[in-house]
Amino acid sequence: MHSSNDYKEKKGLKGRIAKTTGITINKCYQCGKCTAGCPLNEEMDIMPNQLLRMLQLELPGYEDKILRSMSIWLCLACDTCYSRCPQEILLSKVIDFLRQESVRQGKVNPKAKDIVKFHQAFLETIEKNGKLYELGLTLNYKLKTMNLLQDISVAPSMISKGKLNMFPHKIKNIKDIEKIFNKTSENKGGEQ
Amino acid sequence: MKVGYYPGCSLEASSKEYSDSLFAVAEKCGISLEIINDWNCCGASTAHNLNHELAVALPARSLALAEKQGLTEIVIPCAACYSRLSQSQYELNQDSIIKTKVENYLNMSISGSIKLLTVLDFLHKYIFPVVDQHIVNKLNQKTACYYGCLLARPKETSTIKRTEDPMEMEEVMQKAGATPIKWAFKTECCGAGFSVSKTDIVAKLSGKIIEDAADRGAESIIVACPMCHMNLDMRRPNIKKQIKRDINIPVLFITQALGLSMGISADRLGLNKHYVPTDKTEKCIIKKEA
Repeated sequence: MHSSNDYKEKKGLKGRIAKTTGITINKCYQCGKCTAGCPLNEEMDIMPNQLLRMLQLELPGYEDKILRSMSIWLCLACDTCYSRCPQEILLSKVIDFLRQESVRQGKVNPKAKDIVKFHQAFLETIEKNGKLYELGLTLNYKLKTMNLLQDISVAPSMISKGKLNMFPHKIKNIKDIEKIFNKTSENKGGEQ
Repeated sequence: MKVGYYPGCSLEASSKEYSDSLFAVAEKCGISLEIINDWNCCGASTAHNLNHELAVALPARSLALAEKQGLTEIVIPCAACYSRLSQSQYELNQDSIIKTKVENYLNMSISGSIKLLTVLDFLHKYIFPVVDQHIVNKLNQKTACYYGCLLARPKETSTIKRTEDPMEMEEVMQKAGATPIKWAFKTECCGAGFSVSKTDIVAKLSGKIIEDAADRGAESIIVACPMCHMNLDMRRPNIKKQIKRDINIPVLFITQALGLSMGISADRLGLNKHYVPTDKTEKCIIKKEA
């Protein structure tokens, strides 16, 4: 009996969250404050408190449903839920873990693909320059999503207001950044 | 007096006026800011989504460089950068395994003792003691002080006293002679990093903020975060469309508002770089009574 429970603890999302983030999902007693205060609750397909309940119960199909949900990509990490949680569950950290799992298992919700592409375009810019190059990021994102005309109206004014650098400002020791990216992606798998 | 300075990417580009106004205010009060040599991007609202270790390691490099430079205190005016740097330092201090790993990647050691200041901490600690003698104008306006998420949360790294109803910005604006209003959205989220990838969500969330400020009589909104500024200012056309109301309240960085009360020119403070015109705020300035 014990062994099957142990197996489940290790393999299920709940156990992996505990191991990676140190967060105990079972502490949640469903008061619902997280959902009540969430600025994006109207947009979510699984409410924050429901997400926690699903993680607790680990019923068949729940893991897949969670990793394919839109909710995990909509969270803005504003931490309103955490600041009001009587059990102090840092949900934004749980959600960061779920996002990484969702990408790793190829289960990103189709409606969230642009969000993921934006993050990827952003990180590619940083890897290359060490700093954000907003014009480069925008072009990279446009090419990834083919939303070529998006924001075309604000670009000229940003340039005239001196808000958009035409060329990237690369940091001196870009090798440091390359090393950080290489090393941290080596370790990046299901476990952080 | 010298304090370390981490500008962050936005302050070199889309929010240059935030940096310019901070320097102008600091200079007036005799404080010089020393930039961290060869600092890099903190990973912003992105790295933590896809790679936790990267989100700790990127800010750690700038922290290590600051220590190497002998800085003991750094001000990080961007609320998002502050959040990333402070969370990285917090995690390095809590978790020796990740600390050893990161120090290895960087080939530098990190003591984790450097004091990180938000712009509000900086203003309270370094500007407040000397500010009265420099204030020549009264910013005769009702202002809504908007903190957003990252100055107020999470509690491990936030430096404000009251999470749900902070007052640190109001204290600065009172110094500037303004009348801060009571309102409901001061720590609500503006949509943050969705500015490009989910502009509709930004319009919705920022719309609620702008409407509440307007309905309670605010004549300007004061911010301390370039992301909040971009969403409330540059995204105003999207917001107007969303709320179907023509609200033209300007959005000023706290350092710009304080700078105006110190008699620093609107030009130097970069008010001409905004999308929503700030002329009404500039016109409400009256000479402070002696």
